Amino acid sequence: MYKIIEKQVLSETVKLMKIKAPLVAKHAKPGQFIILRIDEKGERIPLTIVDTDKKEGLVTIIFLEVGKTTKKLGMLKEGDEILNFVGPLGKPSEIEKYGTVVCIGGGVGIAPIYPIIKALKHVGNHVISILGARNKDLLILEEDIRRWSDELYIATDDGSKGEKGFVSDVLQRLINDGKKIDVVWAIGPVIMMKVVSEITKKHDIKTIVSLNPIMVDGTGMCGGCRVIVGGETKFACVDGPEFNGHLVDYDNLMQRNKRFIEEEQEACKLAGVI
Amino acid sequence: MAVRKTKYEMPEQDPKERIKNFREVPYGYDAETAIKEAQRCLQCKDKPCVDGCPVGIDIPRFIACIAKGDFDKAIEIIKEKNSLPAISGRVCPYEEQCEGKCRLGKIGEPVGIGRLERFVADYEREHGVKIPERAKPTGKKIAVIGSGPAGLTCAGDLAKLGYDVTIFEALHAPGGVLMYGIPEFRLPKEIVEAEVNYITKLGVKIVYDVVVGKTIPIEEILEEYDAVFIATGAGLPRFLGIPGENLNGIYSANEFLTRVNLMKAYRFPEYDTPVKIGKIVATFGAGNVAMDCARTALRLGAEKSYIIYRRSEKEMPARDEEIVHAKEEGVIFKLLTTPVRFIGDENGNLKAVECIKMKLGEPDESGRRRPIPIEDSEFKIKIDTALIAIGQSPNPLIPQVMKNLKIGKKGNIEVDEYCRTNIPGVFAGGDIATGAATVILAMGAGKKAAKAIHEYLNKH
Repeated sequence: MYKIIEKQVLSETVKLMKIKAPLVAKHAKPGQFIILRIDEKGERIPLTIVDTDKKEGLVTIIFLEVGKTTKKLGMLKEGDEILNFVGPLGKPSEIEKYGTVVCIGGGVGIAPIYPIIKALKHVGNHVISILGARNKDLLILEEDIRRWSDELYIATDDGSKGEKGFVSDVLQRLINDGKKIDVVWAIGPVIMMKVVSEITKKHDIKTIVSLNPIMVDGTGMCGGCRVIVGGETKFACVDGPEFNGHLVDYDNLMQRNKRFIEEEQEACKLAGVI
Repeated sequence: MAVRKTKYEMPEQDPKERIKNFREVPYGYDAETAIKEAQRCLQCKDKPCVDGCPVGIDIPRFIACIAKGDFDKAIEIIKEKNSLPAISGRVCPYEEQCEGKCRLGKIGEPVGIGRLERFVADYEREHGVKIPERAKPTGKKIAVIGSGPAGLTCAGDLAKLGYDVTIFEALHAPGGVLMYGIPEFRLPKEIVEAEVNYITKLGVKIVYDVVVGKTIPIEEILEEYDAVFIATGAGLPRFLGIPGENLNGIYSANEFLTRVNLMKAYRFPEYDTPVKIGKIVATFGAGNVAMDCARTALRLGAEKSYIIYRRSEKEMPARDEEIVHAKEEGVIFKLLTTPVRFIGDENGNLKAVECIKMKLGEPDESGRRRPIPIEDSEFKIKIDTALIAIGQSPNPLIPQVMKNLKIGKKGNIEVDEYCRTNIPGVFAGGDIATGAATVILAMGAGKKAAKAIHEYLNKH
């Protein structure tokens, strides 16, 4: 059992939790994820590790309440326990000194980009962060990210915070302004990663994205999370979750993420969580 | 009195009924039938059946006990060699092993050794399991990676010898393939849990949610334990590598069976994990896993369940019993047929598979006749779901993190006949060493490894 030590409500649908999982905390690196199962009848879902407190053995997760499991998770309180919590899974981000790195986080994708921003800054990169959200209430971790960024840009769909528009617009502008960019890291909705990758491909800027397909075991056993990268089938759980953004077949990923949409809706309805 | 030529029948659930539920298909013998079946045994002095048993159970001896009605003694004899008899009594390929060597097989049907093993194992479970005495603690610690049949067997044997054994399991449940792979109707999970319970009563600790190499680095394990047994199985699914394989509606056998068995998707929405099954399901492959998939699909409500296989019935690798059960349940076999590409609709959902007819040529390296495509024989089959059951490769996680470990061509860990790897104190066995094989071979490897580890630690 894994205890919820702290819970924060970041927005109506986005929650942060610090979970007591000393082994995961001890070995986790930026870019890796965990799989959790709330209770005996629960499903296994992957969530990216946002932060760790190695001394206290805590792992921070942030999640958007989209389906039955995340909604149920959001209802748990400090002191409650989660039945299973396994990790760190996946390959860590390749953190090194690239020069100038643009880190883009969209929506709840801001959570997984945060530890990468921190790590990239730590090894001496010039970090430009671009955060995007539908509106200002859904924008998370702004102050944490500001602390580790040399430059910070914010875009919201409705213009309620920062500039009105998309993170890709900001990136395009930076490129147009002649900013020398060595690497772009983008995590967020699939469509956002697709658009960002299209822009950077034109300018030949190395781009890393973190993919979020449906997973079951998370250890390379089921192949449910398979994605097409450079024409080859890869398992996001063991070969990723980060891949070269220019090689990912985003359309296939979007399709595969809709595999169980009807079942998800049914489960939510029956559980009374929508 | 002449010996009866056929096995006493083991009652089974009616096929028409059982395709609507996940309950076990055979009911097992009652005591009276078990005694009668045991009395068929000729008690051959040279015991050919024992040679056919990967774990070397003294078969005639335990059968003689059943024939006398001494079931307690019978199970004791089995457990000298096999810690998981309720499992092997259900999933062993007996016809190729013990029963294949039985002298009675020459004049009729062999003794139902598997059925008798199952009977006494179930008898013991229902009447209270006896925990054998353990040797004095040796003070030495052993790590077993993976709680499948190889890991459980090795751990149980070492615990009996007085070792302090910890099994590290990546998933949230014990049993490995016994839990995620083999369906409830063939191996009830309650039985797996009971057998695991026996292993833990021997003093073995099982730690869940630990992926060795990720949650705990392998270096820490090597440092903390006196010996390590790697039994991580063949969990890496193979795909066909044909166009359209990532369409929605195509599962690896592993994903499909894990959802249904481990995550209990057949009880969705009571359980949260879904599985989607269309009206027409095609399973590719013809091994035990393929039969499990095709039969599971029927139970989930598929109207038609095909097995599509590139060779003929004779070459199908599944156990006879599985093929018979699949046929009784209405699985349709499309043999000498191989898929060429999957066809989807505009939303990326699977709609059909294009196949080509095959004929058999000369035998290949496996000794089976090689399938050859017949030109211009392509045809389409309308399907909603495809299950890819063409085999699994050894799990790559440990080989990836243990750079100095010697790895074979197929991604398997190379071991000698004592399950020793090239690193002293590190042993491996089961599917991770052999590639995908059977539960009993994995158990046999677990036994062998336990013995080798014991010898190694006596010297060190």
